[in-house]
Amino acid sequence: MLELIQQYGLYFLIGQYPSGPLGGLALTLILAAMGLLLSLPLGLAFGLMRVSPWGWLRGPVTGFIYLVRGMPLLMVVFWAYFFLPSITGVKTDQFWTMLIALVVFDAAYLAEIVRAGIQGLPRGQMECARSLGLPYLRAMRSVVLPQALRNSLPSLVNQFISTIKETSLGYIIGLTEVSFIANQINTLVFTKPAEVFGALGFTYFVLCFGLSRFAHGMERRLARRGLGSHIAPKVAA
Amino acid sequence: MIELQNVNKWYGDYHALVDVNETIASGEVVVVCGPSGSGKSTLIRTINRLEEIQGGQILLDGRDVHDPRLDVNALRAGIGFVFQQFNLFPHLTVLENCTLAAVQLRKLTASEARERAMALLERVGLAHKAQALPSQLSGGQQQRVAIARALTLKPPVILFDEPTSALDPEMVGEVLLVMRDLAKDGMTMVCVTHEMGFAREVADRVVFMDQGAVLERAAPHEFFNHPQHPRTQKFLADIRSPFEKSAA
Repeated sequence: MLELIQQYGLYFLIGQYPSGPLGGLALTLILAAMGLLLSLPLGLAFGLMRVSPWGWLRGPVTGFIYLVRGMPLLMVVFWAYFFLPSITGVKTDQFWTMLIALVVFDAAYLAEIVRAGIQGLPRGQMECARSLGLPYLRAMRSVVLPQALRNSLPSLVNQFISTIKETSLGYIIGLTEVSFIANQINTLVFTKPAEVFGALGFTYFVLCFGLSRFAHGMERRLARRGLGSHIAPKVAA
Repeated sequence: MIELQNVNKWYGDYHALVDVNETIASGEVVVVCGPSGSGKSTLIRTINRLEEIQGGQILLDGRDVHDPRLDVNALRAGIGFVFQQFNLFPHLTVLENCTLAAVQLRKLTASEARERAMALLERVGLAHKAQALPSQLSGGQQQRVAIARALTLKPPVILFDEPTSALDPEMVGEVLLVMRDLAKDGMTMVCVTHEMGFAREVADRVVFMDQGAVLERAAPHEFFNHPQHPRTQKFLADIRSPFEKSAA
């Protein structure tokens, strides 16, 4: 195992960089981080459109979400990789293809999480904010969203963890992220598949577990600031 | 001050408000009562446009409340509204609940808003809870904060939608006392409530509704002692405790 790490450790971490393109765990991390950073605001925007009082905003987003949710991520990746260039005439590279597919796919799921968070609040919260004279979007921002997002945090983290693991589908289009590299190493070494894929599995586990712990810490911090989910206003039946 | 002229509202086929005509003068305290489903809450919710109407007109100081060109947010900032379920914002402190609208709407600077909110919290007897979260308060305290919050923008009118119906019995009194003090100070108030003691003591006028229509309006003394409409008589008889001896 030690020998394996000595020989292929760096390759596992950064691919062929600096003599070739950046790959390995570094690429996976960049892809996951960018996927999260881009899909969250997009998912938030889609979620807000989905609950908006204006039908012309709701309609297209609803259609988009149904469409994306109705197919496997792999299809979205193929679609972005093979079909998109054939109509645009521009060959997108694997990294951007994968990133676009991830962001589109996750934004649709995040939008539904955001929607559930918003619609799960008592209707009186929005109503009361409006009755004080706050315009719709301001009421959304200062009254509804802080509570809705806090309540959605566990589901959001769930989705983020999925995103990390979904980056491994880059393998299919030859993106040299960590799963691809691990498979390369396995081909080169040939005799130690358990060790190689064990290390790969452990790597994903550390990433996902780390994110879970981070989210857990954040939930506790929010609870201390009064945003805990246990404090919905007491209401007599 | 508030004029309702032939107000009609439908939910689909259901006729929720039927030709409601009512004039509420400045400084007047009007109690709206009636059986549940009679349209009381719907009625006061049309005054700050939480509910749309399909017929008639509602004028507030001569302005048509349901005019689509009217700035609904400015309108609402000028009308206090207190909900049955308090609706305090659980993620904000008591003080922040009170200052939110004033600061967000740039009516007051943060320090002015804080000062005014503290004065109002003082008035409802909860200044010492300014930094508490709503979840740390009792129901009665929450409703008193909600009243202070509704007053932060100094609205000339305040609407109460069954403010004590969600409270434990022992907390009803403290809220009613705050409301009585407001009435004494000359606030224009429309209260949907089942608290007949409050109506008797504080109201200038009692309005009785059933099935979306106003059946009777009278000064409290008249209303309770000489109800005219048979439906009112039945209502007043029915809400009397079955264990009391009938006065009649």
